[in-house]
Amino acid sequence: MLKIKNLSKSFNAETENEINLFNNFNLTIEKNKCTAIIGPNGCGKSTLLNMICGSIAADRGQIYLNNNDISKLKEEQRSNNIGRVFQDPSMGVSPSLTILENMALADKKGEKFALKRLIKRNNIDKYKDLLMTLDLGLEDKLDTKVKFLSGGQRQSLSLIMAAMKHPDLLLLDEHTAALDPKTSNVIMKKTKELIKKYSMTTIMISHNMKDALEYSDRVIMLDKGEIVLDKPSREVSEKELMGIYIAKLNEFVA
Amino acid sequence: MNSLILTSIEQGLVFAILSMGVFLTYKILDISDLSVEGTFPFGAFIFAKFISLGVNPIISSLLAFCFGTLAGLITSTLFIKLKIKPLLAGILTMTMLYSINLRINNKANIPLFNFKSIFDYGPAILVLLIIVLLIKILLDGFLKTEMGYLLIATGDNEALIKSLGQNSNKYKTIGLMLANGLVALSGALMAQIQGFADITMGSSIIVMALASIIIGDTFMKNSDTLKNTTRAIVGAIIYKIIGGVAIDLGLAPTDLRAISAIIVILFIAYNNLAVDVMGLKKRRVKEHAKNKEPIKEF
Repeated sequence: MLKIKNLSKSFNAETENEINLFNNFNLTIEKNKCTAIIGPNGCGKSTLLNMICGSIAADRGQIYLNNNDISKLKEEQRSNNIGRVFQDPSMGVSPSLTILENMALADKKGEKFALKRLIKRNNIDKYKDLLMTLDLGLEDKLDTKVKFLSGGQRQSLSLIMAAMKHPDLLLLDEHTAALDPKTSNVIMKKTKELIKKYSMTTIMISHNMKDALEYSDRVIMLDKGEIVLDKPSREVSEKELMGIYIAKLNEFVA
Repeated sequence: MNSLILTSIEQGLVFAILSMGVFLTYKILDISDLSVEGTFPFGAFIFAKFISLGVNPIISSLLAFCFGTLAGLITSTLFIKLKIKPLLAGILTMTMLYSINLRINNKANIPLFNFKSIFDYGPAILVLLIIVLLIKILLDGFLKTEMGYLLIATGDNEALIKSLGQNSNKYKTIGLMLANGLVALSGALMAQIQGFADITMGSSIIVMALASIIIGDTFMKNSDTLKNTTRAIVGAIIYKIIGGVAIDLGLAPTDLRAISAIIVILFIAYNNLAVDVMGLKKRRVKEHAKNKEPIKEF
Protein backbone atom coordinates (compact mmCIF):
# COMPACT_ATOMS: atom_id res chain seq x y z
CA MET A 1 0.00 0.00 0.00
CA LEU A 2 1.18 3.54 -0.80
CA LYS A 3 0.24 6.39 1.51
CA ILE A 4 1.02 10.01 0.72
CA LYS A 5 0.55 12.45 3.61
CA ASN A 6 0.54 16.26 3.43
CA LEU A 7 2.80 16.36 0.39
CA SER A 8 3.70 19.85 -0.84
CA LYS A 9 5.73 20.96 -3.80
CA SER A 10 6.26 24.35 -5.36
CA PHE A 11 8.36 25.40 -8.33
CA ASN A 12 10.26 28.68 -8.85
CA ALA A 13 9.80 29.45 -5.14
CA GLU A 14 9.99 33.09 -4.06
CA THR A 15 9.81 34.40 -7.61
CA GLU A 16 6.92 35.96 -9.51
CA ASN A 17 6.63 32.66 -11.43
CA GLU A 18 6.09 30.58 -8.27
CA ILE A 19 3.75 27.64 -8.78
CA ASN A 20 2.36 25.80 -5.75
CA LEU A 21 1.53 22.55 -7.49
CA PHE A 22 0.84 20.36 -4.48
CA ASN A 23 -0.33 21.75 -1.17
CA ASN A 24 -0.87 19.25 1.67
CA PHE A 25 -1.76 16.55 -0.86
CA ASN A 26 -3.04 13.24 0.56
CA LEU A 27 -3.58 9.97 -1.27
CA THR A 28 -3.80 6.28 -0.42
CA ILE A 29 -3.28 3.64 -3.09
CA GLU A 30 -4.64 0.21 -2.19
CA LYS A 31 -2.42 -2.84 -2.27
CA ASN A 32 -2.50 -5.01 -5.40
CA LYS A 33 -4.75 -2.56 -7.23
CA CYS A 34 -4.10 -0.63 -10.40
CA THR A 35 -4.85 3.06 -10.06
CA ALA A 36 -4.94 5.27 -13.13
CA ILE A 37 -4.08 8.94 -12.77
CA ILE A 38 -5.26 11.21 -15.54
CA GLY A 39 -5.39 14.94 -16.07
CA PRO A 40 -4.36 17.73 -18.43
CA ASN A 41 -0.71 18.69 -18.95
CA GLY A 42 0.73 20.51 -15.96
CA CYS A 43 -1.77 18.98 -13.50
CA GLY A 44 1.05 17.31 -11.59
CA LYS A 45 0.83 13.66 -12.72
CA SER A 46 4.49 13.24 -13.60
CA THR A 47 5.62 15.43 -10.68
CA LEU A 48 3.70 13.15 -8.33
CA LEU A 49 5.35 10.04 -9.81
CA ASN A 50 8.76 11.71 -9.66
CA MET A 51 8.23 12.59 -5.99
CA ILE A 52 7.16 9.02 -5.21
CA CYS A 53 10.25 7.53 -6.80
CA GLY A 54 12.53 10.28 -5.48
CA SER A 55 13.74 11.90 -8.69
CA ILE A 56 12.12 15.16 -7.52
CA ALA A 57 12.34 16.11 -3.84
CA ALA A 58 9.10 17.14 -2.14
CA ASP A 59 9.14 20.37 -0.09
CA ARG A 60 7.19 18.77 2.76
CA GLY A 61 5.21 15.64 3.55
CA GLN A 62 5.68 11.91 3.90
CA ILE A 63 5.44 8.98 1.54
CA TYR A 64 4.88 5.52 3.06
CA LEU A 65 5.31 2.34 1.05
CA ASN A 66 3.93 -0.68 2.90
CA ASN A 67 4.05 1.39 6.12
CA ASN A 68 7.74 2.26 5.66
CA ASP A 69 8.56 5.96 5.40
CA ILE A 70 10.53 6.31 2.16
CA SER A 71 10.45 10.14 2.11
CA LYS A 72 14.07 10.52 3.17
CA LEU A 73 15.46 7.77 0.95
CA LYS A 74 17.45 8.57 -2.20
CA GLU A 75 16.03 7.65 -5.61
CA GLU A 76 18.26 4.59 -5.99
CA GLN A 77 17.31 3.36 -2.50
CA ARG A 78 13.59 3.70 -3.26
CA SER A 79 14.15 1.86 -6.54
CA ASN A 80 14.77 -1.36 -4.64
CA ASN A 81 11.02 -1.59 -4.04
CA ILE A 82 9.70 0.44 -6.96
CA GLY A 83 9.62 -0.49 -10.63
CA ARG A 84 9.11 2.18 -13.26
CA VAL A 85 8.37 2.13 -16.97
CA PHE A 86 8.98 5.43 -18.72
CA GLN A 87 7.27 7.04 -21.71
CA ASP A 88 10.46 6.77 -23.78
CA PRO A 89 11.07 3.06 -24.57
CA SER A 90 14.85 3.61 -24.34
CA MET A 91 14.70 4.86 -20.74
CA GLY A 92 14.13 1.47 -19.14
CA VAL A 93 16.84 -0.45 -21.01
CA SER A 94 20.51 -0.21 -21.91
CA PRO A 95 20.36 0.02 -25.75
CA SER A 96 23.97 -0.99 -26.45
CA LEU A 97 23.64 -4.20 -24.43
CA THR A 98 21.89 -7.38 -25.56
CA ILE A 99 18.47 -8.58 -24.40
CA LEU A 100 20.20 -11.21 -22.24
CA GLU A 101 22.53 -8.64 -20.65
CA ASN A 102 19.61 -6.31 -19.93
CA MET A 103 17.63 -9.14 -18.34
CA ALA A 104 20.62 -10.15 -16.21
CA LEU A 105 21.04 -6.53 -15.02
CA ALA A 106 17.34 -6.35 -14.08
CA ASP A 107 17.69 -9.67 -12.23
CA LYS A 108 20.33 -8.08 -9.95
CA LYS A 109 18.13 -5.11 -9.07
CA GLY A 110 18.56 -4.01 -5.47
CA GLU A 111 21.48 -6.40 -4.93
CA LYS A 112 25.17 -5.64 -4.57
CA PHE A 113 27.05 -5.56 -7.87
CA ALA A 114 30.48 -7.14 -7.55
CA LEU A 115 33.41 -8.31 -9.68
CA LYS A 116 31.57 -11.53 -10.57
CA ARG A 117 30.38 -12.54 -14.01
CA LEU A 118 26.97 -11.05 -14.68
CA ILE A 119 25.64 -13.67 -17.07
CA LYS A 120 24.99 -16.97 -15.33
CA ARG A 121 24.06 -19.91 -17.56
CA ASN A 122 21.63 -21.25 -14.95
CA ASN A 123 19.47 -18.14 -15.27
CA ILE A 124 19.09 -18.14 -19.05
CA ASP A 125 16.08 -20.48 -19.04
CA LYS A 126 14.38 -18.27 -16.46
CA TYR A 127 14.88 -15.21 -18.71
CA LYS A 128 13.60 -17.14 -21.73
CA ASP A 129 10.46 -18.15 -19.83
CA LEU A 130 9.82 -14.54 -18.82
CA LEU A 131 10.35 -13.26 -22.35
CA MET A 132 8.10 -15.98 -23.72
CA THR A 133 5.17 -14.41 -21.84
CA LEU A 134 5.54 -11.38 -24.16
CA ASP A 135 4.93 -13.61 -27.17
CA LEU A 136 7.28 -11.57 -29.36
CA GLY A 137 9.94 -14.19 -29.97
CA LEU A 138 12.48 -12.17 -27.98
CA GLU A 139 13.48 -15.34 -26.14
CA ASP A 140 15.15 -16.51 -29.37
CA LYS A 141 17.02 -13.22 -29.78
CA LEU A 142 18.83 -13.06 -26.46
CA ASP A 143 22.07 -11.94 -28.12
CA THR A 144 20.44 -9.14 -30.12
CA LYS A 145 21.38 -5.65 -29.00
CA VAL A 146 18.38 -3.77 -27.67
CA LYS A 147 19.08 -0.79 -29.96
CA PHE A 148 18.02 -3.00 -32.90
CA LEU A 149 14.55 -3.63 -31.40
CA SER A 150 11.45 -1.63 -32.30
CA GLY A 151 9.94 0.84 -29.81
CA GLY A 152 7.21 -1.64 -28.85
CA GLN A 153 9.70 -4.46 -28.31
CA ARG A 154 11.91 -2.21 -26.17
CA GLN A 155 8.93 -1.10 -24.11
CA SER A 156 7.85 -4.72 -23.62
CA LEU A 157 11.36 -5.52 -22.45
CA SER A 158 11.34 -2.48 -20.13
CA LEU A 159 8.06 -3.70 -18.66
CA ILE A 160 9.37 -7.22 -18.04
CA MET A 161 12.58 -5.79 -16.53
CA ALA A 162 10.67 -3.41 -14.23
CA ALA A 163 8.33 -6.19 -13.07
CA MET A 164 10.94 -8.97 -12.89
CA LYS A 165 11.64 -8.67 -9.15
CA HIS A 166 7.96 -8.14 -8.28
CA PRO A 167 8.33 -4.62 -6.86
CA ASP A 168 6.00 -3.41 -4.11
CA LEU A 169 4.98 -0.58 -6.42
CA LEU A 170 4.96 -0.36 -10.21
CA LEU A 171 4.87 3.11 -11.78
CA LEU A 172 3.75 3.33 -15.39
CA ASP A 173 4.56 6.80 -16.67
CA GLU A 174 2.51 7.16 -19.89
CA HIS A 175 4.33 4.03 -20.98
CA THR A 176 2.33 3.58 -24.18
CA ALA A 177 2.20 7.25 -25.23
CA ALA A 178 5.12 6.98 -27.67
CA LEU A 179 3.72 3.87 -29.39
CA ASP A 180 1.29 3.42 -32.26
CA PRO A 181 -2.30 2.42 -31.28
CA LYS A 182 -1.85 -1.27 -32.21
CA THR A 183 1.41 -1.65 -30.29
CA SER A 184 0.00 0.40 -27.42
CA ASN A 185 -2.91 -2.02 -27.17
CA VAL A 186 -0.59 -5.06 -27.08
CA ILE A 187 1.58 -3.47 -24.38
CA MET A 188 -1.47 -2.58 -22.28
CA LYS A 189 -2.67 -6.19 -22.42
CA LYS A 190 0.78 -7.47 -21.41
CA THR A 191 0.84 -4.90 -18.60
CA LYS A 192 -2.49 -6.11 -17.28
CA GLU A 193 -1.35 -9.74 -17.37
CA LEU A 194 1.86 -8.94 -15.50
CA ILE A 195 0.12 -6.82 -12.85
CA LYS A 196 -2.32 -9.67 -12.23
CA LYS A 197 0.34 -12.39 -12.31
CA TYR A 198 2.64 -10.69 -9.79
CA SER A 199 -0.14 -8.92 -7.80
CA MET A 200 1.62 -5.58 -8.02
CA THR A 201 0.33 -2.31 -6.61
CA THR A 202 0.35 -0.11 -9.70
CA ILE A 203 0.00 3.57 -10.55
CA MET A 204 -0.56 4.24 -14.22
CA ILE A 205 -0.43 7.70 -15.75
CA SER A 206 -2.28 8.00 -19.02
CA HIS A 207 -3.84 10.50 -21.38
CA ASN A 208 -5.92 7.73 -22.85
CA MET A 209 -9.29 7.72 -21.05
CA LYS A 210 -10.31 4.40 -22.57
CA ASP A 211 -7.13 2.65 -21.36
CA ALA A 212 -7.40 4.32 -17.97
CA LEU A 213 -10.88 2.91 -17.46
CA GLU A 214 -10.31 -0.47 -19.07
CA TYR A 215 -7.09 -1.43 -17.34
CA SER A 216 -7.42 0.14 -13.88
CA ASP A 217 -9.44 -0.58 -10.75
CA ARG A 218 -9.64 3.06 -9.76
CA VAL A 219 -9.36 6.30 -11.65
CA ILE A 220 -8.15 9.61 -10.23
CA MET A 221 -8.21 12.90 -12.11
CA LEU A 222 -5.77 15.60 -11.06
CA ASP A 223 -5.99 19.30 -11.77
CA LYS A 224 -3.40 21.80 -10.53
CA GLY A 225 -2.18 19.31 -7.95
CA GLU A 226 -5.65 18.55 -6.56
CA ILE A 227 -7.87 15.51 -6.94
CA VAL A 228 -11.01 16.49 -8.88
CA LEU A 229 -12.30 12.95 -9.40
CA ASP A 230 -11.66 9.72 -7.53
CA LYS A 231 -13.89 6.75 -8.37
CA PRO A 232 -13.74 3.02 -9.01
CA SER A 233 -13.19 2.63 -12.75
CA ARG A 234 -16.34 0.56 -13.23
CA GLU A 235 -18.47 3.41 -11.82
CA VAL A 236 -17.37 6.03 -14.31
CA SER A 237 -17.94 6.22 -18.07
CA GLU A 238 -15.49 7.42 -20.68
CA LYS A 239 -17.98 10.15 -21.63
CA GLU A 240 -18.20 11.45 -18.06
CA LEU A 241 -14.43 11.39 -17.74
CA MET A 242 -13.95 13.18 -21.04
CA GLY A 243 -16.50 15.83 -20.03
CA ILE A 244 -14.61 16.74 -16.86
CA TYR A 245 -11.29 16.54 -18.71
CA ILE A 246 -12.40 18.96 -21.47
CA ALA A 247 -13.90 21.34 -18.90
CA LYS A 248 -10.55 21.44 -17.08
CA LEU A 249 -8.71 21.92 -20.37
CA ASN A 250 -11.00 24.86 -21.25
CA GLU A 251 -10.34 26.41 -17.83
CA PHE A 252 -6.63 26.01 -18.52
CA VAL A 253 -6.90 27.69 -21.96
CA ALA A 254 -9.12 30.51 -20.61
CA MET B 1 61.42 1.34 -43.53
CA ASN B 2 61.43 -1.78 -41.32
CA SER B 3 62.76 0.18 -38.36
CA LEU B 4 60.16 2.86 -39.05
CA ILE B 5 57.37 0.25 -38.95
CA LEU B 6 58.85 -1.31 -35.80
CA THR B 7 59.08 2.06 -34.04
CA SER B 8 55.55 2.90 -35.17
CA ILE B 9 54.23 -0.41 -33.79
CA GLU B 10 56.07 0.13 -30.49
CA GLN B 11 54.68 3.63 -30.11
CA GLY B 12 51.31 2.35 -31.32
CA LEU B 13 51.29 -0.21 -28.51
CA VAL B 14 52.03 2.54 -25.96
CA PHE B 15 49.20 4.56 -27.49
CA ALA B 16 46.97 1.47 -27.39
CA ILE B 17 46.96 1.72 -23.58
CA LEU B 18 46.11 5.41 -23.85
CA SER B 19 43.33 4.60 -26.34
CA MET B 20 41.86 1.89 -24.09
CA GLY B 21 41.75 4.48 -21.28
CA VAL B 22 40.12 7.16 -23.41
CA PHE B 23 37.75 4.51 -24.83
CA LEU B 24 36.40 4.03 -21.28
CA THR B 25 35.46 7.69 -20.91
CA TYR B 26 34.72 8.71 -24.50
CA LYS B 27 32.95 5.59 -25.77
CA ILE B 28 31.59 3.88 -22.66
CA LEU B 29 30.78 6.76 -20.31
CA ASP B 30 30.17 9.29 -23.09
CA ILE B 31 32.32 11.87 -21.27
CA SER B 32 34.90 14.02 -23.06
CA ASP B 33 37.61 13.92 -20.40
CA LEU B 34 40.33 16.42 -21.31
CA SER B 35 42.23 15.81 -18.08
CA VAL B 36 44.15 13.06 -19.91
CA GLU B 37 46.29 15.82 -21.48
CA GLY B 38 47.65 16.38 -17.97
CA THR B 39 47.49 12.75 -16.83
CA PHE B 40 49.74 11.49 -19.65
CA PRO B 41 52.79 13.60 -18.61
CA PHE B 42 51.73 13.12 -14.96
CA GLY B 43 52.34 9.38 -15.37
CA ALA B 44 55.71 10.11 -16.98
CA PHE B 45 56.76 12.48 -14.18
CA ILE B 46 55.58 10.13 -11.44
CA PHE B 47 57.61 7.36 -13.08
CA ALA B 48 60.64 9.68 -13.34
CA LYS B 49 60.34 10.58 -9.65
CA PHE B 50 60.19 7.00 -8.40
CA ILE B 51 62.79 5.61 -10.78
CA SER B 52 65.18 8.39 -9.74
CA LEU B 53 64.58 7.35 -6.11
CA GLY B 54 65.78 3.85 -7.01
CA VAL B 55 62.38 2.14 -7.20
CA ASN B 56 62.04 -0.84 -9.55
CA PRO B 57 60.75 0.22 -13.04
CA ILE B 58 57.77 -2.17 -12.89
CA ILE B 59 56.70 -0.80 -9.51
CA SER B 60 57.36 2.79 -10.71
CA SER B 61 55.10 2.14 -13.72
CA LEU B 62 52.39 0.67 -11.48
CA LEU B 63 52.69 3.69 -9.19
CA ALA B 64 52.18 5.92 -12.25
CA PHE B 65 48.92 4.01 -12.86
CA CYS B 66 47.85 4.47 -9.22
CA PHE B 67 48.61 8.20 -9.20
CA GLY B 68 46.77 8.49 -12.53
CA THR B 69 43.64 7.08 -10.91
CA LEU B 70 43.86 9.93 -8.38
CA ALA B 71 43.76 12.43 -11.26
CA GLY B 72 40.57 10.69 -12.42
CA LEU B 73 39.20 11.02 -8.90
CA ILE B 74 39.84 14.79 -8.97
CA THR B 75 37.92 15.15 -12.26
CA SER B 76 35.03 13.02 -11.00
CA THR B 77 34.86 15.02 -7.74
CA LEU B 78 34.72 18.30 -9.67
CA PHE B 79 32.12 16.85 -12.00
CA ILE B 80 29.94 14.89 -9.58
CA LYS B 81 30.28 16.60 -6.20
CA LEU B 82 30.82 20.19 -7.35
CA LYS B 83 28.51 19.86 -10.40
CA ILE B 84 31.08 21.32 -12.81
CA LYS B 85 30.45 20.26 -16.41
CA PRO B 86 32.67 17.29 -17.39
CA LEU B 87 34.46 19.20 -20.14
CA LEU B 88 35.41 22.05 -17.79
CA ALA B 89 36.18 19.61 -14.93
CA GLY B 90 38.70 17.89 -17.23
CA ILE B 91 40.25 21.19 -18.31
CA LEU B 92 40.58 22.29 -14.67
CA THR B 93 42.27 19.00 -13.68
CA MET B 94 44.57 19.28 -16.69
CA THR B 95 45.50 22.86 -15.69
CA MET B 96 46.22 21.79 -12.10
CA LEU B 97 48.28 18.84 -13.30
CA TYR B 98 50.50 21.16 -15.38
CA SER B 99 51.72 22.86 -12.20
CA ILE B 100 51.81 19.59 -10.27
CA ASN B 101 53.93 17.96 -13.01
CA LEU B 102 56.46 20.78 -12.79
CA ARG B 103 56.50 20.49 -8.99
CA ILE B 104 57.13 16.71 -8.92
CA ASN B 105 60.73 16.97 -10.09
CA ASN B 106 61.04 20.80 -10.27
CA LYS B 107 61.96 20.40 -13.96
CA ALA B 108 60.09 20.56 -17.26
CA ASN B 109 62.27 17.89 -18.88
CA ILE B 110 63.87 14.90 -17.17
CA PRO B 111 66.27 12.64 -19.09
CA LEU B 112 65.82 8.98 -18.14
CA PHE B 113 68.61 7.40 -20.19
CA ASN B 114 70.68 6.68 -17.08
CA PHE B 115 67.89 4.91 -15.23
CA LYS B 116 66.52 1.41 -15.50
CA SER B 117 63.41 0.92 -17.56
CA ILE B 118 60.77 -1.75 -18.00
CA PHE B 119 62.36 -2.48 -21.39
CA ASP B 120 65.51 -3.81 -19.72
CA TYR B 121 63.56 -7.04 -19.18
CA GLY B 122 63.28 -7.88 -22.91
CA PRO B 123 62.78 -6.49 -26.41
CA ALA B 124 60.56 -3.38 -26.22
CA ILE B 125 57.99 -4.71 -28.69
CA LEU B 126 57.60 -7.98 -26.76
CA VAL B 127 57.34 -6.25 -23.37
CA LEU B 128 54.77 -3.81 -24.75
CA LEU B 129 52.81 -6.59 -26.41
CA ILE B 130 52.60 -8.49 -23.12
CA ILE B 131 51.51 -5.36 -21.21
CA VAL B 132 48.89 -4.41 -23.82
CA LEU B 133 47.47 -7.95 -24.00
CA LEU B 134 47.38 -8.20 -20.21
CA ILE B 135 45.49 -4.90 -19.94
CA LYS B 136 43.14 -5.92 -22.76
CA ILE B 137 42.33 -9.24 -21.09
CA LEU B 138 41.80 -7.58 -17.69
CA LEU B 139 39.65 -4.81 -19.16
CA ASP B 140 37.55 -7.21 -21.25
CA GLY B 141 37.15 -9.43 -18.18
CA PHE B 142 36.13 -6.44 -16.04
CA LEU B 143 33.54 -5.33 -18.59
CA LYS B 144 31.93 -8.79 -18.36
CA THR B 145 31.47 -8.52 -14.59
CA GLU B 146 28.43 -7.14 -12.80
CA MET B 147 30.28 -3.87 -12.12
CA GLY B 148 31.57 -3.72 -15.69
CA TYR B 149 28.10 -4.00 -17.14
CA LEU B 150 26.90 -1.26 -14.80
CA LEU B 151 29.73 0.95 -16.12
CA ILE B 152 28.53 0.36 -19.70
CA ALA B 153 24.89 0.92 -18.73
CA THR B 154 25.82 4.15 -16.89
CA GLY B 155 27.07 5.66 -20.13
CA ASP B 156 24.13 4.21 -22.00
CA ASN B 157 21.22 5.18 -19.77
CA GLU B 158 21.71 6.65 -16.31
CA ALA B 159 17.99 6.33 -15.46
CA LEU B 160 18.31 2.54 -15.74
CA ILE B 161 21.15 2.48 -13.18
CA LYS B 162 19.03 4.39 -10.67
CA SER B 163 16.05 2.13 -11.33
CA LEU B 164 18.31 -0.85 -10.56
CA GLY B 165 18.91 0.67 -7.12
CA GLN B 166 22.50 1.65 -7.93
CA ASN B 167 24.43 4.91 -7.69
CA SER B 168 25.47 5.90 -11.22
CA ASN B 169 28.00 8.45 -9.88
CA LYS B 170 30.00 5.59 -8.36
CA TYR B 171 30.42 4.03 -11.79
CA LYS B 172 31.34 7.35 -13.42
CA THR B 173 34.07 7.71 -10.79
CA ILE B 174 35.32 4.15 -11.36
CA GLY B 175 35.42 4.76 -15.13
CA LEU B 176 37.25 8.07 -14.83
CA MET B 177 39.77 6.64 -12.35
CA LEU B 178 40.46 3.57 -14.45
CA ALA B 179 40.77 5.64 -17.64
CA ASN B 180 43.20 8.12 -16.11
CA GLY B 181 45.19 5.31 -14.53
CA LEU B 182 45.68 3.72 -17.96
CA VAL B 183 46.58 7.08 -19.53
CA ALA B 184 49.19 7.70 -16.81
CA LEU B 185 50.62 4.21 -17.34
CA SER B 186 50.81 4.94 -21.05
CA GLY B 187 52.67 8.19 -20.23
CA ALA B 188 55.10 6.29 -17.99
CA LEU B 189 55.82 3.79 -20.79
CA MET B 190 56.23 6.57 -23.35
CA ALA B 191 58.77 8.27 -21.08
CA GLN B 192 60.70 4.99 -20.86
CA ILE B 193 60.63 4.27 -24.59
CA GLN B 194 61.70 7.79 -25.62
CA GLY B 195 64.12 8.17 -22.71
CA PHE B 196 62.75 11.33 -21.15
CA ALA B 197 59.70 12.87 -19.52
CA ASP B 198 58.62 16.23 -20.83
CA ILE B 199 55.98 18.71 -19.71
CA THR B 200 54.64 19.08 -23.29
CA MET B 201 54.25 15.36 -23.99
CA GLY B 202 50.52 15.42 -23.18
CA SER B 203 49.70 18.25 -25.54
CA SER B 204 46.98 17.20 -28.06
CA ILE B 205 47.15 13.63 -26.72
CA ILE B 206 43.34 13.50 -26.58
CA VAL B 207 43.19 14.09 -30.36
CA MET B 208 45.66 11.24 -30.91
CA ALA B 209 43.65 8.93 -28.66
CA LEU B 210 40.41 9.84 -30.41
CA ALA B 211 42.11 9.35 -33.78
CA SER B 212 43.14 5.84 -32.71
CA ILE B 213 39.63 4.97 -31.49
CA ILE B 214 37.94 6.37 -34.59
CA ILE B 215 40.37 4.62 -36.96
CA GLY B 216 39.83 1.32 -35.12
CA ASP B 217 36.07 1.77 -35.34
CA THR B 218 36.13 2.71 -39.00
CA PHE B 219 38.34 -0.13 -40.18
CA MET B 220 36.42 -2.78 -38.31
CA LYS B 221 32.97 -1.29 -38.48
CA ASN B 222 31.23 -4.35 -39.85
CA SER B 223 32.64 -6.81 -37.37
CA ASP B 224 30.24 -7.70 -34.55
CA THR B 225 32.68 -10.06 -32.89
CA LEU B 226 35.65 -7.72 -32.42
CA LYS B 227 35.82 -6.22 -28.97
CA ASN B 228 36.13 -2.47 -28.58
CA THR B 229 39.48 -2.90 -26.83
CA THR B 230 40.82 -4.71 -29.90
CA ARG B 231 39.59 -1.86 -32.09
CA ALA B 232 41.35 0.69 -29.85
CA ILE B 233 44.62 -1.29 -30.00
CA VAL B 234 44.55 -1.82 -33.77
CA GLY B 235 43.45 1.80 -34.31
CA ALA B 236 46.39 3.10 -32.25
CA ILE B 237 48.90 0.99 -34.21
CA ILE B 238 47.44 2.04 -37.59
CA TYR B 239 47.43 5.67 -36.45
CA LYS B 240 51.09 5.51 -35.51
CA ILE B 241 52.01 3.77 -38.78
CA ILE B 242 50.18 6.50 -40.75
CA GLY B 243 52.15 9.12 -38.75
CA GLY B 244 55.42 7.23 -39.35
CA VAL B 245 54.81 6.98 -43.08
CA ALA B 246 53.94 10.68 -43.21
CA ILE B 247 57.31 11.57 -41.65
CA ASP B 248 59.05 9.10 -43.94
CA LEU B 249 57.48 10.90 -46.89
CA GLY B 250 59.22 14.09 -45.80
CA LEU B 251 56.80 15.79 -43.43
CA ALA B 252 58.34 17.41 -40.34
CA PRO B 253 57.54 15.81 -36.94
CA THR B 254 56.07 19.19 -35.99
CA ASP B 255 53.44 18.65 -38.69
CA LEU B 256 52.16 15.54 -36.88
CA ARG B 257 49.60 17.37 -34.75
CA ALA B 258 47.97 18.91 -37.80
CA ILE B 259 48.03 15.46 -39.44
CA SER B 260 46.38 13.96 -36.32
CA ALA B 261 43.61 16.52 -36.42
CA ILE B 262 43.15 15.99 -40.17
CA ILE B 263 42.99 12.19 -39.64
CA VAL B 264 40.25 12.67 -37.01
CA ILE B 265 38.34 15.05 -39.29
CA LEU B 266 38.64 12.74 -42.31
CA PHE B 267 37.57 9.61 -40.46
CA ILE B 268 34.64 11.31 -38.73
CA ALA B 269 33.61 12.92 -42.03
CA TYR B 270 33.86 9.52 -43.71
CA ASN B 271 31.62 7.99 -41.05
CA ASN B 272 29.13 10.86 -41.09
CA LEU B 273 28.99 11.98 -44.69
CA ALA B 274 30.79 9.94 -47.32
CA VAL B 275 28.96 6.70 -46.61
CA ASP B 276 25.62 8.47 -46.95
CA VAL B 277 26.64 10.31 -50.12
CA MET B 278 27.93 7.16 -51.78
CA GLY B 279 25.03 5.04 -50.62
CA LEU B 280 27.43 2.73 -48.85
CA LYS B 281 25.64 3.03 -45.53
CA LYS B 282 22.38 1.76 -47.00
CA ARG B 283 24.19 -1.13 -48.66
CA ARG B 284 25.85 -2.03 -45.37
CA VAL B 285 22.55 -1.93 -43.50
CA LYS B 286 21.01 -4.20 -46.15
CA GLU B 287 23.91 -6.63 -45.97
CA HIS B 288 23.70 -6.62 -42.19
CA ALA B 289 19.98 -7.29 -42.31
CA LYS B 290 20.49 -10.13 -44.80
CA ASN B 291 22.78 -11.91 -42.38
CA LYS B 292 20.44 -11.56 -39.45
CA GLU B 293 17.19 -13.32 -38.93
CA PRO B 294 14.31 -10.84 -38.92
CA ILE B 295 12.93 -9.97 -35.51
CA LYS B 296 9.24 -10.54 -34.97
CA GLU B 297 7.30 -7.29 -35.05
CA PHE B 298 3.88 -6.61 -33.68
